[in-house]
Amino acid sequence: MAPTQPASAPEPTIIEIIELHKSFGESEVLKGINLKVPAGSTLVILGGSGSGKTVLMKHMIGLLKPNSGQVIVDGEDIVPFGADSLEQVRRKFGMVFQAAALFDSMTVYQNVSFPLREHSKMPEAEIREVVRQKLGIVGLKDVEEKFPSDLSGGMRKRVGLARAIVLDPKIVLYDEPTTGLDPITTDYVDEMILDAKKQLGVTSVVISHDIASAFKVADNIAFLYQGLIVDQGAPEKLRDSQHPQVKLFLQTWFGKN
Amino acid sequence: MASSDTTDVGPPPQKPPNPLYSAVESFGSVFVNVVEDIGGLAQLLFQVVKLAIRPPYRVMNLFNQLDFVGVGSIFIVALNGVFSGMVFAQQSARAFELFNAESLVGPTVALTITRELAPVFTALMVTMRAGSAMCTELGTMRVTEQIDALETMAVNPIQYLVVPRVLAGLIMVPLLTLVFDMTGLLGGYFVSVTVKGLSAGSFITRTQQWLDAEDIFEGLIKGAVFGLFIALVACFKGYFAHGGAKGVGQATTQAMVLSAVGIFMLDYFVGVILH
Repeated sequence: MAPTQPASAPEPTIIEIIELHKSFGESEVLKGINLKVPAGSTLVILGGSGSGKTVLMKHMIGLLKPNSGQVIVDGEDIVPFGADSLEQVRRKFGMVFQAAALFDSMTVYQNVSFPLREHSKMPEAEIREVVRQKLGIVGLKDVEEKFPSDLSGGMRKRVGLARAIVLDPKIVLYDEPTTGLDPITTDYVDEMILDAKKQLGVTSVVISHDIASAFKVADNIAFLYQGLIVDQGAPEKLRDSQHPQVKLFLQTWFGKN
Repeated sequence: MASSDTTDVGPPPQKPPNPLYSAVESFGSVFVNVVEDIGGLAQLLFQVVKLAIRPPYRVMNLFNQLDFVGVGSIFIVALNGVFSGMVFAQQSARAFELFNAESLVGPTVALTITRELAPVFTALMVTMRAGSAMCTELGTMRVTEQIDALETMAVNPIQYLVVPRVLAGLIMVPLLTLVFDMTGLLGGYFVSVTVKGLSAGSFITRTQQWLDAEDIFEGLIKGAVFGLFIALVACFKGYFAHGGAKGVGQATTQAMVLSAVGIFMLDYFVGVILH
């Protein structure tokens, strides 16, 4: 039986990270992360480049193993899990990658239907219906037969989200969803994250350095600096943070607005 | 030439502190890299064997790879086979003419092609055509996070991507070796009989006398070993590529060099084991 940590928060915790340490060679990237993600909420992990955001997210889905610490997903510590058990855990997740990571040899339809073909025995007609519905949620239609190379960056990201939510996961992870997008598309992606939460009731974890976007979609924000969560809480609480790095980071946006 | 006094200006070039030390260091790092590659290949092979025998079976992926590695390579292997047979017949006919032993051209061409040239040249052709593509494709999928995406979707990327490619190498290179055997013999026959004017009957009879099924079988075993090796190397280097476009380029170069060198080394060792 995997060791578990009872959730102390009143709302159920779906992901809990306890004293997570990770080093690559000499460089220590995560230096003792403690984090809780309440079920059904949106947590944004905010931080500058090289702060360890992506590394932290990869631990949540078991793509990386920590040097020490626990990653508890839905009541189970996934750190000691082998490949087979991790596959079971990963079915609870959908992940939207920074550059979408769509399979470029497949059409949009094949990309979005891929998890269904792998993990369900749905007949083709039903698969087609589910794909159309998920593409509808992300605001896309008539793109099924296109290849990823024929789509814009924003559209690829939306197809990536459709693929991530096609199996109705409990948790969706977003790796820098608004990086490299124009302001209008950024706004659209923010709406898409909010819609996914509203329509599907998923828990979302977003890693980002986009302050405006973070404050728009987050229920909670955790600020990651040099491998440590230096402050966390609701957006309005974080805005009044006294931590010098958080203040400096937020000033770059709120100082101008 | 040694420089004159007038050019003797400034401090003399600084020598490395200890040339022996740096020589040992560079030899050591090459050795470590080779050992790392061998260890990595062995680990990947173990994974491939384990995942190949358990479901889900990726039948469509396997057929796609069989088509790409095998069917797609028939033409260049056949073309290479014809010309290799022609060149070999041409050269051996010149040599055997000196001893009035032209009737041995057929068996010489047949034995050399079936036992050595066919598996080695076929494997080199498949390395260049299919191995490079496998390595680049997997490398690109790695650096664009498509392999991570497979993992997050609870799909084992080794089972999905590597197993079909390695099986395709294992199955198709021996079959292509047969294609090389046939076209090589045809090329040898054409030059011996049509160009050099040797007796067709003697070419065929002598070849039948000397060429045994074991010779062809030896070539097929070598083909299977080479096919497994080159597909495994291409997948290994591509799967673990990192560092963007440059990293993928470097991985492909390494895969090609390792495959080519490995084919010749394995050729010797498999030959020794079979005899």
